[in-house]
Amino acid sequence: MVEVAIPESLRFRDDEPADEPAVTLDAFFEQPDAVSVRIEGGDDVRRLGPVLAQVKLVEVDFPRFRDGRGYSSARILREMGYKGELKAVGDVLVDQLLFMRRCGFDSFAPNQPIDPTVAKRALEEYDFVYQQAADGRIPVWKLRHG
Amino acid sequence: MYRYDTYDQAVVDTRVDEFRDQVARRIAGSLSEDQFKPLRLKNGLYLQLHAYMLRVAVPYGTMNAKQMRTLAHIARTYDRGYGHFTTRQNMQFNWIKLEQAPDILALLATVQMHAIQTSGESIRNISADQFAGAAADEVCDPRAWAELIRQFTTFHPEFSYLPRKFKIGLTASDNDRAAIKLHDVGLQVRKAEDGTMGFRVFVGGGMGRTPFVATLVRDFLPAHQICTYLEAILRVWNRHGRRDNIHKQRIKILVHDLGGEEFSRQVEAEFEQMLPLGDDMPLAEYDRIAAYFTPPAFEQGLDDTLDLSDPRFAAWVNRNVSAHKQPGYAIATISLKPVGGIPGDISADQMEVIADLAEKYSFDDIRPTHVQNVVLPHVRKADLYAVWQALDAAGMGADNVDLLGDIIACPGLDYCSLANARSIPVAQKLSERFADPARQLDIGELKLKISGCINACGHHHAGHIGILGVDKKGTENFQLLLGGSGAEDASLGKIVGPGFTEDGVVDAIERAVEKYRAVREPGERFLDTYRRIGVEPFKEAIYG
Repeated sequence: MVEVAIPESLRFRDDEPADEPAVTLDAFFEQPDAVSVRIEGGDDVRRLGPVLAQVKLVEVDFPRFRDGRGYSSARILREMGYKGELKAVGDVLVDQLLFMRRCGFDSFAPNQPIDPTVAKRALEEYDFVYQQAADGRIPVWKLRHG
Repeated sequence: MYRYDTYDQAVVDTRVDEFRDQVARRIAGSLSEDQFKPLRLKNGLYLQLHAYMLRVAVPYGTMNAKQMRTLAHIARTYDRGYGHFTTRQNMQFNWIKLEQAPDILALLATVQMHAIQTSGESIRNISADQFAGAAADEVCDPRAWAELIRQFTTFHPEFSYLPRKFKIGLTASDNDRAAIKLHDVGLQVRKAEDGTMGFRVFVGGGMGRTPFVATLVRDFLPAHQICTYLEAILRVWNRHGRRDNIHKQRIKILVHDLGGEEFSRQVEAEFEQMLPLGDDMPLAEYDRIAAYFTPPAFEQGLDDTLDLSDPRFAAWVNRNVSAHKQPGYAIATISLKPVGGIPGDISADQMEVIADLAEKYSFDDIRPTHVQNVVLPHVRKADLYAVWQALDAAGMGADNVDLLGDIIACPGLDYCSLANARSIPVAQKLSERFADPARQLDIGELKLKISGCINACGHHHAGHIGILGVDKKGTENFQLLLGGSGAEDASLGKIVGPGFTEDGVVDAIERAVEKYRAVREPGERFLDTYRRIGVEPFKEAIYG
């Protein structure tokens, strides 16, 4: 089965966090030395494509947990090759953690604290997945056919 | 039919454990109802007027006898002895207790069934041609693709919190029995001259309060790219679809607002970006699945003649039996529309009768239809009489397929918390008014569809005659629509004029039908006459 250690910080990476506060996408392009950017629902993350190398932190806002635009933003960033921190911020709940991890989020700043025991269960529960995504898990169809 | 391997079984079993934990957290109070609601909906559990309703998936409308018997057992043990086939080929139980739902899901998992994504803002259970694998007019059995898409869309991490629900309809025939153009995505499997398979892709159809017939976005998508193409469609919608007004969040609104051409352009651009990611399954996976859908071992050289000396049997054959691609075999449609009955309702005993018949006479294959009937797809012609006798004895001998009595109706205000009006009593009254089989036969094909609110679960937009129940200052009122079709000639019905009371709408339909009988030309169906002469003569007949 899958084993997942749940860091207290809900940050699933070892590098040093960026210490600059994230700015809006428009502000990011006005500040040549900015490294942290915040993506709101309607923002087009593809705009970051040409400057991805300078980005260390992308925060993606979830105003309501049912607003799923952030999942696409995350996957697009990872598809474009973004390797930096990808943080889900806002109405982030334990029952959405697995999908968020699968879409490439590797850190979380939920409005309400998440119970690490429940989080561990949610992230470990499924041994198999049907799709490849940004988390590198091998989909069932690949297991079937090698 | 498809059978789970250890991976599929593990996924469904895990889902049961996960939901059991979520229900426990809800009961303990650590999950709020607001947080729990999308989770339970994605396990098919609605809170209705009187109780929880559980919607069990029948993926692409195919199941076997063992599964049907399990549904019968659930009906007896956890419900009131019956179930209800929906317009998406699923089965609903209307009297479920929340704390028992995990046990029911566990029971379903033992027969390779589930309730995953039968509700909520997710990619729903795929519906498909109920004659798949039996119809003479299909290019292949589309269910292997349906199963591949089922797996791909199950717990898709990017598309589990969509703006609204997302429904896929699938056929492999030019004769559309699955209403694909009234789906968010309609897929038609096609074969190129060199034998390669592809999909004709329609997007943005749907009913509800803003009905649209879907737009063609691709005439021939290489079949093995279907997963990426669906992702591209879903991603364009997930990113750019509205999220500010629940009534304007379906993909059809985005397609309409952008226009088909611009929407297509965006999808194709996204598709280009995504194709190199390799999200599509290899053809070996399609082949693995397709092996479960090879034709059953039909007997060769069977006699194609039928003894029709029993007139009641002959009448049933005339309406309920369709041509099969294999000589000596037939497709039998079991009508769940007895006179005065509730469309789609079926008792546990009746489920078991169908299970027995399927095992004995139809290669263990059972197909609920979007018209809320059940098909036995592969019956030897020589066995049809025995099948009919057993059905007739169990109250399922109605010989009215595609006739006026073959009504679609949503559960309506008798059950549903969204409804404005009761659909079932109208269906029952119409069924009784037109009970005479000779009269129905004379009227000919007439698709009558009833919804108890504008969400249109009863497909009223697609009815040759549609009824929409509304709330008019606290009383139930019924609007009448004419001219819809869910078939390959898809069209949306138009409201004729002011609404009616429950009895009034039955009278109005009778006047419309009599008008048709008076002016029809030889061979014309009600819909054809309507399309030829327009609404005015009917208006006159109805309102005088």
